[in-house]
Amino acid sequence: MAAETAAARGRLTRRPRRDRGGDRARSTLRARHGYAFVGAYLVLLIAFGVLPTGYAIYLALTNSTGQLVGLGNFTAVAHDFRFAPAFEHIAVYLVIWLVALVVLVVGLALLLHGRMRRTAATLRFVYYLPGALAGVAGVLVWLFMLDPTVSPVGWLLNGLGFTSFAQVIVPAHLPVVLALMAFWTGAGGWIVIMYGALNNIPDDLIEAARIDGAGPFQIARRIQIPMLRKWIAYMVILAFATGSQLFVEPQLVGEASLGAVSNSWSPNQLAYLYAFQANNFNSAAALSVDLLVLGLVCAAIIVTRSGLFDVE
Amino acid sequence: MRAMSVPARTKTGTAVPAPPPRGRRPREGWSVRRARVATARSLLLVIFALFAAFFLIPVIWLLLAPTKTDNALVQSNPFTFGSLHELGLTWHYLVTFENGAMLLWLRNSAVYSFGALAITLVTAIPAGYGLALTEFRGRRLLLAVTLVVMIMPASALVLPLFLEINAAHLIGTIWSVILPMSFYPFGVYLAYIYFSSTIPRDLLAAARLDGCSEWGVFRHVAVPLARPVVALVAFFSFVANWNNFFLPFVMLPSSNQYPVQVGLENLLSSTPSFNPAAGAGLDITRPELALAMVLAIAPVLVVFLFSQRALVSGMLAGATKE
Repeated sequence: MAAETAAARGRLTRRPRRDRGGDRARSTLRARHGYAFVGAYLVLLIAFGVLPTGYAIYLALTNSTGQLVGLGNFTAVAHDFRFAPAFEHIAVYLVIWLVALVVLVVGLALLLHGRMRRTAATLRFVYYLPGALAGVAGVLVWLFMLDPTVSPVGWLLNGLGFTSFAQVIVPAHLPVVLALMAFWTGAGGWIVIMYGALNNIPDDLIEAARIDGAGPFQIARRIQIPMLRKWIAYMVILAFATGSQLFVEPQLVGEASLGAVSNSWSPNQLAYLYAFQANNFNSAAALSVDLLVLGLVCAAIIVTRSGLFDVE
Repeated sequence: MRAMSVPARTKTGTAVPAPPPRGRRPREGWSVRRARVATARSLLLVIFALFAAFFLIPVIWLLLAPTKTDNALVQSNPFTFGSLHELGLTWHYLVTFENGAMLLWLRNSAVYSFGALAITLVTAIPAGYGLALTEFRGRRLLLAVTLVVMIMPASALVLPLFLEINAAHLIGTIWSVILPMSFYPFGVYLAYIYFSSTIPRDLLAAARLDGCSEWGVFRHVAVPLARPVVALVAFFSFVANWNNFFLPFVMLPSSNQYPVQVGLENLLSSTPSFNPAAGAGLDITRPELALAMVLAIAPVLVVFLFSQRALVSGMLAGATKE
């Protein structure tokens, strides 16, 4: 049927066959070039993205002898006494961090924008600088900052009632401590991005609003923040992704706390323990898949709702 | 101020039936506004200064700490410079730790980071171009998968990667770190956004009409225009590689293969700076640890200082999409 309609259409338009073949050849050629451009990346994507993901799912659904066990690994991991606390820790941390990130980054970018250009440039750089210490060094710096004996703000810690490092690094404080570290290294880069996005809003629009009598607050609320929406969503996605996979930060704080902070504080640490302490790769994979699904669901919600990825 | 000015005007109004002097009202409004602007501005400055202190104090402290003895770190003013002599001693203790392990770790980090960066650039830039400006079957799927992997927590893949690399008998080789690091979907996404937003298709069509091959169009038209995004991808990829901890932590079993990030963790856990019971490296106290941190961040800090302008323009490239 379809072939018939196509043939009929071909007869109706009386297009010479050779030409159509030429079109197809050209577009095939184009396509081949497309593959040539993405080919090398595609190999990396399959080898280090798709294959390990598939392998993790396979491992999560089987046992150590390769037999299919359904969701057995998932339920076993979920019944581990360390499972619920690890996710609770990360949830509390994410709430604190994401709220602080959105409110303070957007707030500071708005305050910096349109005022004192040179000062704003300097301040953006100052705020951005700790980004160079992302990773282990950033955590270690904060271990020093939070130790009342050597901290340059020891008076502040004393004022809050802390006299020793052990008092600061109690497990209950960890979400706040880790949010502080993450904000310190991560916020500046986002301030730069938000500031750039603000620069991108046409001046006419702001000027028109001002002539209509809008103050700075109204301009921020009705023009600037709505136009930053997709950037804020983008920030939240990536911050959530990095936040839910915490490993190095609680690991180092745990080592420095000499055992006061559990070495299975975050889900990723727990997965690591399964793999390297218990040699239970199937349970480790199940936990990894849990984390993956968590990240994917949130990413999907934001991707479909923020309008950021309506690039085509 | 406003409360005071209002009755004053009424008084003049009742005493003299003539209309209030013209110049008066605007001048008062102006001074009220000026006072409010001044208050708002000083409040702003306080906020900016507080955040500047929050972001800068740890950096300044860290840069000064290696110039002091451990004792001075506790006793003296935290924002004073110790002495160059003390800095020399700190350096000596640090580089003699396990026969120069620190320098070896830095060298390893450089090899891993630049190796992965090179592969990232030669794969991600053409891929971004291909996704943005060519048509092929599966293009949208590839774009979607790239986005998903980019957003997905990278370390969720670390353990599966370990098993895969283990099966390929590459554990403990530099490729176990370089190859997974060089897979960088965020770089592809940045290149894709850049190419799809800043390069007009007409320009490419014109080059094709002039007889450029598809590869020639990429090589002679797109790449020269793509310098900002190449810089941006290189920067983000280098920083991510240099700061990567979890992947090498899992992949590399022996100390002489550690990159500096894993080396720092090793210093923290095996020396007395935070662990008074540690048996090894008794010379590694807090100033030595601080110096190790400074050395570990130095390359990224240098990149930050020198590429600031390119970076900001590159970040804006993504923002000028429409």
